[in-house]
Amino acid sequence: MSNTFLELEELALVERPEKKKPLGPLFWICVGWIALNIFGAIFANVLPLQNPLFQDYGAINAGPSLHHLFGTDDIGRDIFSRIVFGSRVSITVGFGSMVIGFGIGAPLGMLAAFRRGRFDTIVTTFMYILLAFPAIIATIAVLSFWTPRSVFKIILVIGLASVPLVYRVIRTATLSVATKDYVVAAKVQGATDRRILMKELLPNIAPIGISFLLIGVATVIALEGTLAFLGLSVVVPTPSWGNMINESRTVLQQNPWLAIFPSLALCFFLLSLNFIGDRLRSHFDVTEVKL
Amino acid sequence: MLRYVIRRILMLIGIIFVISIGSFFLIHLLPGNITAVIEGPGASPENQAKLYKLLGLNRPIYEQYFVWINNILHGNLGTSFISQTSVATTIGNALPIDLEMMFLSQILAFAAAIPMAMRSARKPDGIVDRFFSAGSFTMLSVPPFIVVILLVLFVTYKLGIPHTGPSSYVSLRADLIGNLESMALPAITLALGSFVIYFRVLRSDLIATLQEEFITMARSKGISQRRIMWRHAFRPSSVALLGAAGVNIGGLLAGGFVVQYLLNIPGLGYTLIASINTDDYLLVQGIVLVVSVGVVLINFIFDFIINIVDPRISRE
Repeated sequence: MSNTFLELEELALVERPEKKKPLGPLFWICVGWIALNIFGAIFANVLPLQNPLFQDYGAINAGPSLHHLFGTDDIGRDIFSRIVFGSRVSITVGFGSMVIGFGIGAPLGMLAAFRRGRFDTIVTTFMYILLAFPAIIATIAVLSFWTPRSVFKIILVIGLASVPLVYRVIRTATLSVATKDYVVAAKVQGATDRRILMKELLPNIAPIGISFLLIGVATVIALEGTLAFLGLSVVVPTPSWGNMINESRTVLQQNPWLAIFPSLALCFFLLSLNFIGDRLRSHFDVTEVKL
Repeated sequence: MLRYVIRRILMLIGIIFVISIGSFFLIHLLPGNITAVIEGPGASPENQAKLYKLLGLNRPIYEQYFVWINNILHGNLGTSFISQTSVATTIGNALPIDLEMMFLSQILAFAAAIPMAMRSARKPDGIVDRFFSAGSFTMLSVPPFIVVILLVLFVTYKLGIPHTGPSSYVSLRADLIGNLESMALPAITLALGSFVIYFRVLRSDLIATLQEEFITMARSKGISQRRIMWRHAFRPSSVALLGAAGVNIGGLLAGGFVVQYLLNIPGLGYTLIASINTDDYLLVQGIVLVVSVGVVLINFIFDFIINIVDPRISRE
């Protein structure tokens, strides 16, 4: 008996990958960029920024200058301050809906993969049917019918729409871990289900979970931009990156800055999220879950 | 194979049933009294009551559903309250435009992605591969609406072609060249998005396939690099590519609307947004139903094609 356990322990030691790919400086630059954006979004009120709604008729469509770092828009509002305030909507919607998606999808996926049996069959069939329903059309349809719109409703709808996808990823990831020897060993030792789920399974699927979460946030932020173009995002004049890019279309010729700066803010944020997610995934060497 | 197909068709019917229920209940999401929403705030109570009866809202909900689904199965999606035209006709006019846009964009995407992925996979982590991979990774983070804005900026202000700006859609029947010109920007935008996905999927799958033993075997037999790539590696790897294409094309049908909206291409997406803005709820409901069923059908067709390419899948 004790011999088998020694062997198991040895196996676990051998299996621990030694040749982890280093995360690299670019990874930390991306993390820093995300942190800076979140910092700006949280403290936008306290930071010495101009009022994002104040219309300075002395400076309309002004290019970048010391006074207006990124210039002003067609009714004289400061673009830099609007981008910082706009990040609030984008970041809240992005992370908020993923919190809902993972809050429901991840525990269900873990439980289903761990318990198997009838519970797994029922939930998985249900989720696959939901998955067949195109999420983006569902989101647009519900948001266009469910008026008046608010950030909370947007988060709720996108979050719920993402549940089946999260469920599938987490279930697949858990399935690959749940048959590993150390989980079986824990079961043999008489560990409670709760202990196995929290101490054995969760730490092992957390990396792929986090990497999928970050990529999900990036997808949702792009989706918020799309919704803004359809007039389904937050009500103007509240700035969001999508709203700003949408508003810029009418004055593209006179003031390209108005389109360029929010687009850059959006793209760099998405790029950082995608890069961190991708690097984390390859760092922990999890085989790619096909999406 | 036959059993597999029958099982898939049964599943397909089940999914379409669920979609129809979802679309049906959309209209019940409208806040307050539906008749007030449709007729506007100034509607008299008599008119509201009349419409209420006209819509059959006084009957039990399951009966309403069966009447609704029965009409749809007879090709009757209802008549718009706003434009007084049949929803089915409106959708019938818009759908071919979506299909053409998708067709053009997919040809472009595959034509670029397949050779580039093969070139990358030949020397993974080589200079070419790094360049392609970094480029495609960056493109992954540029949403289509930004691509459209950049393309319009480039075409109209740099090349000075006013024609290709927004609002110049020419129908296919009227003028082939004009039609292709007006379709160029939307097709390129959608092609870029698809290209990134196809390139990444095919590249990583080809790299894995090229390490298989039968490839080493083929190499040792002295078969040319080109032949190994196309005849030996591409077929097994195309399963992953087709899988990605199925999901992606379905996504395009549902996600191409921003591009249509920005470039004034009157396809389903454009019509959907226009109907959202005019509160044309029946049209919204009809488009949601048609697009959802379309996405499911596309996925089904691609599953079927994958089975022909790799018959082992259906034997599982």
